[in-house]
Amino acid sequence: MTAAAVAARVTDPELPMLTLADLGILRGVDESGDRVVVTITPTYSGCPAMQTIQDDLTEALRRAGYAQVEVRTVLTPAWTTDWITAAGRLKLAAAGISPPGAAPRRASGPVPLTLVPSRRAIACPQCGNPDTEEIAAFSATACRSLHRCPVCREPFEHVKEI
Amino acid sequence: MSFDAAYEALTDHDDDARWAYGTGFADPLAGVDTAVPQDVDRGDLSAYCVALGDDALIMSHRLQQWVTRAPELEDELALANIALDLLGQARLLLTRAAEVEDAGRDEDALAYLRDATGFRNVRLVERADADFAHLVARLLVFSAWRLALLDRLTTSTDPVLAAIAAKGVKEVTYHRDYAAQWVVRLGDGTDLSHDRMQAAVDAVTPLVGELFVPDRVELRLAPAAVAVDPSTVRSEFDAVWAQVLQAATLQPLAAVAEESAPGGTGRDGVHTPALTEILAELQGVARSLPGSVW
Repeated sequence: MTAAAVAARVTDPELPMLTLADLGILRGVDESGDRVVVTITPTYSGCPAMQTIQDDLTEALRRAGYAQVEVRTVLTPAWTTDWITAAGRLKLAAAGISPPGAAPRRASGPVPLTLVPSRRAIACPQCGNPDTEEIAAFSATACRSLHRCPVCREPFEHVKEI
Repeated sequence: MSFDAAYEALTDHDDDARWAYGTGFADPLAGVDTAVPQDVDRGDLSAYCVALGDDALIMSHRLQQWVTRAPELEDELALANIALDLLGQARLLLTRAAEVEDAGRDEDALAYLRDATGFRNVRLVERADADFAHLVARLLVFSAWRLALLDRLTTSTDPVLAAIAAKGVKEVTYHRDYAAQWVVRLGDGTDLSHDRMQAAVDAVTPLVGELFVPDRVELRLAPAAVAVDPSTVRSEFDAVWAQVLQAATLQPLAAVAEESAPGGTGRDGVHTPALTEILAELQGVARSLPGSVW
């Protein structure tokens, strides 16, 4: 298996249904003989999973026979949920987590303020009801918000657009 | 997995893994191209990164103190997540500062081994919050100000600062919305919540002026577009503050002179006694057990 294929199969420690490739944080894999340089980018500045991800990548590549593994970080361009792949979105939904919509784009001017909780249509991943409500803008991790479905009465998480 | 194995899994034997950030945390800028642009004074750039990093570090610590004390579990999670984002920004900025300074210090040395007079954060971030209304008022002021600064810093001529800012903008947008929505909910709520939210707005107002007073480092770096002169974001801040207060049916406290910064600002190392209290908690273990691991 190529180094790129090995790296792409490593999963995210917080969202284990997603591979690093699904999540869009794997930015490059350069292989030369038994040496590999993997480049990743953090989702959020304070993401505590970055070290585990680096360790998991190193271990997976060493097991695949690569003696020298270096994991580099790039900060730019900043990660966006738009980089979560179509396959990744299907896996999130299958795990009961609502996938993100399109990330907000701003042509110019100040960042717009949102004074009421999001009214965007977020469908319930359990029962499909399209009309759900936000409970909290932050959930178990910074990258997810917490919602509730008034039909099946189940709470669920949504990956926030950034 | 036995208990011993579970404990073993939590620890590692990396010599660089001090207890401070848990175990095994590496340089958050590992592998990032960290060259300093030509014609930029290293001392000034380092000092600027320290100031922005100290703002985030101390604000994060104050937010962490709300964990187990927030009114709802959801808000506790929100505050912890906001604190984590800011701690991440602080780590990146202090690491950048240490690299540019090139004097053998690292992020831990900057966070844990400086005295209060060495910190460059604005005094707004030091204040202990009397209640949740005071917290959301202070968080709104802080995040509206920081968002305006970071948004401009995305075009900084220091590429590392620009990259840190670009990530921070996305995060602080959510922080500002969270705080603003609570200010509106409490201000436009019951008579009791309105009055307590108004009291919180009144109490934070004297701390606002300092945010827009440029210090010498900012004035030297701003012309080359490395840093932002904070006085240039005042109108953007005022528009956001007015929009939120109006939606919340609250009055700005026009009568209070915000701050003329007699004797200097937090950026000059002039702080309130609250910072010393925070540092006693934040630095206590690192100073009494230097280099410890767990």
